[in-house]
Amino acid sequence: MTDPRFDGPGPDAAWEDLLGQGVFAVQFCGNCGIAQFPPGVVCRHCGGTDLVFQAASGEGTVYSTTTVRSREGGRNVAVVQLAEGPRMMSRVEGDPETVTIGLAVVARISGDETPVVVFDRKEQA
Amino acid sequence: MTVLLRGKIAIAGTGNTRRWYAPGRSAFEQLAEASVLALEDCGLGLKDVDALYCAHSTSGLPVLNIAERLGLGPRLRHADGTMVGGASFLFHLRSAMSALAAGQCDVALVCYGSNQASAGGKLVPMPDPQPYEEPYGARYPLSSYALAAARHMHEYGTTREHLAHVALAARQWSKLNPDARERGDLSLDEVLSARMISDPLTKADSCLVTDGGAAVVLTRADMARDLKRMPVHVLGTGIAVSHRQIAAMPDLARSAAHQSGAAALQAAGVSLTDIDHVMVYDAFTICTLLFLEDLGFCAKGEGGPFVASGAISPGGSLPVNTNGGGLSCNHPGMYGLFTLIESVEQLRGTAGARQIEGAKISLAHANGGVLSSQATAILGTPDTV
Repeated sequence: MTDPRFDGPGPDAAWEDLLGQGVFAVQFCGNCGIAQFPPGVVCRHCGGTDLVFQAASGEGTVYSTTTVRSREGGRNVAVVQLAEGPRMMSRVEGDPETVTIGLAVVARISGDETPVVVFDRKEQA
Repeated sequence: MTVLLRGKIAIAGTGNTRRWYAPGRSAFEQLAEASVLALEDCGLGLKDVDALYCAHSTSGLPVLNIAERLGLGPRLRHADGTMVGGASFLFHLRSAMSALAAGQCDVALVCYGSNQASAGGKLVPMPDPQPYEEPYGARYPLSSYALAAARHMHEYGTTREHLAHVALAARQWSKLNPDARERGDLSLDEVLSARMISDPLTKADSCLVTDGGAAVVLTRADMARDLKRMPVHVLGTGIAVSHRQIAAMPDLARSAAHQSGAAALQAAGVSLTDIDHVMVYDAFTICTLLFLEDLGFCAKGEGGPFVASGAISPGGSLPVNTNGGGLSCNHPGMYGLFTLIESVEQLRGTAGARQIEGAKISLAHANGGVLSSQATAILGTPDTV
């Protein structure tokens, strides 16, 4: 007899499935209300197990940023602070040289076969 | 509880292969050589070892591999293969102290070896996939440190010049160390114009890629007293575990060194002003700034001006990374054990041209992952116990 609280696909697979359906989701804890990303089996804030996926607003702010250099040029890698609270690694699209800390950004799902969450600058979105 | 251990455990012997580029010599062979050197240093042998502590870049079963290769298996009474990156060996130190104090073992060997430079020239990352980071093509681990550096610059006004002064101080020290890998002249312009890899960090902000092997032998202080070398006592230790992926670090401009450092100071019963010599794991220039601040050697955010003032260079008020550090001495993938070895050299008074006169208490701090794990050890000469 398994514990029904943990039945069904695990949170990683569930998140990926939602992403494939065009939904960028974060988990909310039914106990303390905190949002978390990446998804997990437990709430990393309170230890609760009642976690529910909800679509993220997509709103975020660049918390830190770097331009990764290679022969092909530079590409952005950023840590984005989501409006819901958690942070995630991602990429801000467009000229990497003009991505700054504090920049307001909006999430978008990019790529068909392997969808990834990227961010556009809010003023251009 | 750890305060009960103050000075009870000592580093009796150290081994350092000083082979920073050794083609044809495997990582395990570097480790084995360092282990023999450490045991000979204190007049013991492999037959005396009954506890083994190791982490390895290319083996998920280091205790098994190393016990077999060194013939230790049948006699082992305690072992720990905790893997938290470059700080692992200071976690091992803490683990070994408890086991030694509890009488679960008598002679503990902490050891490491790497051939990453001669085997390919690149830092070999662990197979440890991170699906929420992988799609974005960050350089691992460098981009994670770059993100921390960028945030530190944003919050505190730290500049690339400040970071460059960390590399310059390391080079000034390595010039005094005949065993350091890089001892050539280095100018501020050269550091600032080095190839940018992941803004704001350049190649000159990054540690060396070398081979190497290191080992230390630990015993209870009463046994160490009767061995060949002057014992270096462990006065206090502290550890902290913060995150795995950089996006999960609570504050990118503040490391968990503030936790491990405070715990070590408390256990040692000393204050920062008692410390004569400091080693901090400088995988990248930003690490030295973060750890000096978070350990409390300067105010938070003041690491840049502190280092640029010459404070940590030869002749400065706080000798830091006197072997030349990971930036200029050696960096065989996981450097943590080398911080302890240089602290022991300084406390024994055997550091030659770079010797800090009268050094009695040294702080060694190691980092692992991407500012993920932090470990601090405070070591002292016998008269500090």
